[in-house]
Amino acid sequence: MNPYLFGYLGAAILALSALSLTRKNPVHAVLYMIVMFFHLAVLYLGLGAEFLAAVQIIVYAGAILVLFLFVIMVLNIKEEMEGERFSGGWPFGIAIASGLFLLVVLITGNIVPGQQGPYTPGVIAAQTNTKLVGTLLYTQYIFPFEIASLILLVAVVGAIVLAKKKLR
Amino acid sequence: MPGHVLSPYLPILVLMIIALGFGLGSLVAGMLVRPRRPYPEKLMPYESGNPPVDEPRYRFSVKFYIVAMLFVIFDVEAIFLYPWAVTFDKLGLYAFVEMMLFIAILMVGYVYAWKKDAFRWE
Repeated sequence: MNPYLFGYLGAAILALSALSLTRKNPVHAVLYMIVMFFHLAVLYLGLGAEFLAAVQIIVYAGAILVLFLFVIMVLNIKEEMEGERFSGGWPFGIAIASGLFLLVVLITGNIVPGQQGPYTPGVIAAQTNTKLVGTLLYTQYIFPFEIASLILLVAVVGAIVLAKKKLR
Repeated sequence: MPGHVLSPYLPILVLMIIALGFGLGSLVAGMLVRPRRPYPEKLMPYESGNPPVDEPRYRFSVKFYIVAMLFVIFDVEAIFLYPWAVTFDKLGLYAFVEMMLFIAILMVGYVYAWKKDAFRWE
């Protein structure tokens, strides 16, 4: 990946995340988040993970943020916008976040790369990412795949039971 | 010039730039052309000519939330169809059967939602 492009994407993702965190209007925060998700998708594309990029746009930018907007609609947005954006705990939060960042900086110097698995970037690039994901998901990982449908079924039933006022 | 991995996606970038330019261009062109003579009545939200009695944003019933919830779930289901469609020619009948099983399990949820009137707007 081109270092300038990576630099732009990294800076944009950080800036958009910060914007989305500091907005008082939750709708604006979600809109910044959508733009941020599109930048993340490009980052995934640059890594050759086009399936992940598609998931990022279809599920996160498409569905999850629609869900967020619905949650905001259910909230009383006027009341939310009047108070302070951050509650009192933020210095504590910054302390924890900087501690974690320091930890990451300290660790990245001493990473010992593990043994290379069968799916090296070369292998993935030769087959294309989506094809490899499909091949593995529908042969080796068929059981987790079918479990996923059961989890989704539970989610459907749960959503209806929780949100439907009177069940027929 | 983006790296070679991203080169096939260049048309998408061009499309996005054109879309952004069209949106911003229309707004700016409108701003330059239209007369600007606001008065308080004109700036009021339009409510069939009546003075608005309430805020447009009030709390909605949670039942609308179901629609979003179900959309997310079936969206995730649809995501599984993409790698399936790409590898279908290689995996054949086996993949077909397992995907039908996957869809059948989710169809149970769909029928349940339908029977519980979750799609009805009331």
